[in-house]
Amino acid sequence: MNLLYDAAIAPFADFAFMRRALVAILALALGSGPVGVFLVLRRMSLIGDTMAHSVLPGAALGFMIAGLSLPAMSLGGFIAGLAVALLSGLVSRHTPQKEDASFASFFLISLAGGVLLVSLKGSAVDLMHVLFGSVLAVDDAALLLMATISSLSLVGFAALYRALIAECFDPAFLATAGGRGGLAHTAFLVVVVLNMVSAFQALGTLMAVGLMMLPATAARFWARDVWGMILAATGIALLSGYLGLALSFSADLPSGPAIVLTAGVIYLLSLIAGVKDGLIWRLVARRHLSA
Amino acid sequence: MTPALSLRDVTVTYDRHPAVHHVGGDFAQGSLTALIGPNGAGKSTLVKLIAGLLSPSEGTVLRHGPGDGGIGYLPQMSAIDDSFPITVHDVVALGLWRRIGAFAPVTGGMLGRIAAALEAVGLAGFEDRLFGALSAGQRQRVLFARVMASDSRLILLDEPFSAMDERTIADLLHLIERWHDEGRTQIVVLHDIELVRRFFPDCLLMARGLVAWGATDTVLTPENLARARSMSEAWFPDADICQGAA
Repeated sequence: MNLLYDAAIAPFADFAFMRRALVAILALALGSGPVGVFLVLRRMSLIGDTMAHSVLPGAALGFMIAGLSLPAMSLGGFIAGLAVALLSGLVSRHTPQKEDASFASFFLISLAGGVLLVSLKGSAVDLMHVLFGSVLAVDDAALLLMATISSLSLVGFAALYRALIAECFDPAFLATAGGRGGLAHTAFLVVVVLNMVSAFQALGTLMAVGLMMLPATAARFWARDVWGMILAATGIALLSGYLGLALSFSADLPSGPAIVLTAGVIYLLSLIAGVKDGLIWRLVARRHLSA
Repeated sequence: MTPALSLRDVTVTYDRHPAVHHVGGDFAQGSLTALIGPNGAGKSTLVKLIAGLLSPSEGTVLRHGPGDGGIGYLPQMSAIDDSFPITVHDVVALGLWRRIGAFAPVTGGMLGRIAAALEAVGLAGFEDRLFGALSAGQRQRVLFARVMASDSRLILLDEPFSAMDERTIADLLHLIERWHDEGRTQIVVLHDIELVRRFFPDCLLMARGLVAWGATDTVLTPENLARARSMSEAWFPDADICQGAA
């Protein structure tokens, strides 16, 4: 019993920085769940990764101008991420190039620019901070920012939900019915970038999508409709964050990778044992129905 | 009588090559027109143009009243993401988009309309099934129910019977006839000429340009069909600049 308390509760009861990290991860998970599910449903799983990296030059520019200032780095990251997302969207809508190819192009330009900026003005330590983040070091301002972004995301999703479903499923029908699918897509990209900015505070640009994509891909094995997937993904993100933080404390591991790896383990377990098409259920011979 | 829709010398191009070339004419109110032609004739492109999904390079498409301006569009099945986890009920509810948009609630009367549409296509009781788990024929029935729920005066069906079995075709044809009786204007892309002869009063035969348009028996003559078949699908990279109507 004591062992369980020591591993699961004591770190958060005893240390303010762990409580702060837990709240940060909870805020992150609430926004990331729906974002990840829609990225998967829109077949943009890998684009999420490129968008996470594309916030780097903006964050670096913010760092160069204002030092380790959260508002400056966040605003810079948001602008850079949004620029990459919108430019890629424009190119794919107005030229024959597909969205994944244009995203890859702009994100590489952005990433290289970011690394160059950091190496020109910063130190290796600064670069590590931007690349890997530090959920154990989030301060009040960062917490407030993450909670605000999370709240905005949830409100944004409530407003966008129906249009996003319609646009994913059959964009041509939506257009003929007078729906503005392009606007919904752009608004969705803004929400994605906001969540990337929030995630990079805690997990860094390298792993910002970890808590977004792994719970979403795992959710596919637990729920069959979009609402169910969103609930499952959010729950898995919350669980991964909590278990990852506890693990990082007790085993003295870096927190970001511990959280993302926990999400990875949950994904693998879901893949094997998930009640919706998990591997076990495919292997177990169940008698067929009569009709 | 004012036509439902007029095409004024429309041309649609891909990479400057015409897919629809100087097509003009009127669709009468309440007409039921089969749109036929060989592969590459521009049928789907013309339907997308009418639906407003493409813009003409030249010419204009004019919609005339009455009606709420809505178009009941049934795209080719390949344009739909059938792996998307959406229920049959929600697919049909999308037909109400003009009334509910992105935010308004689906009212009791609308739920009744969704149920009636599913009943009409023989899928009552399928509301909670996932669209992707249905057979091809059942999916097409769901999409017909969505068109029905939209209550549009102009209906565009792009190859609604491709890969459908006889029973499904018969049931869906019955719906098309019902919409015809209700005075809705319909344009239906088809390949089966015998089907067109039996069920469609009007026919538009195209091969990028217009071959013939009018009463089906006057359009589907051996000469017109031979002209349409002789169309080359190939584009010529060094073709001359077009100097006007075909």
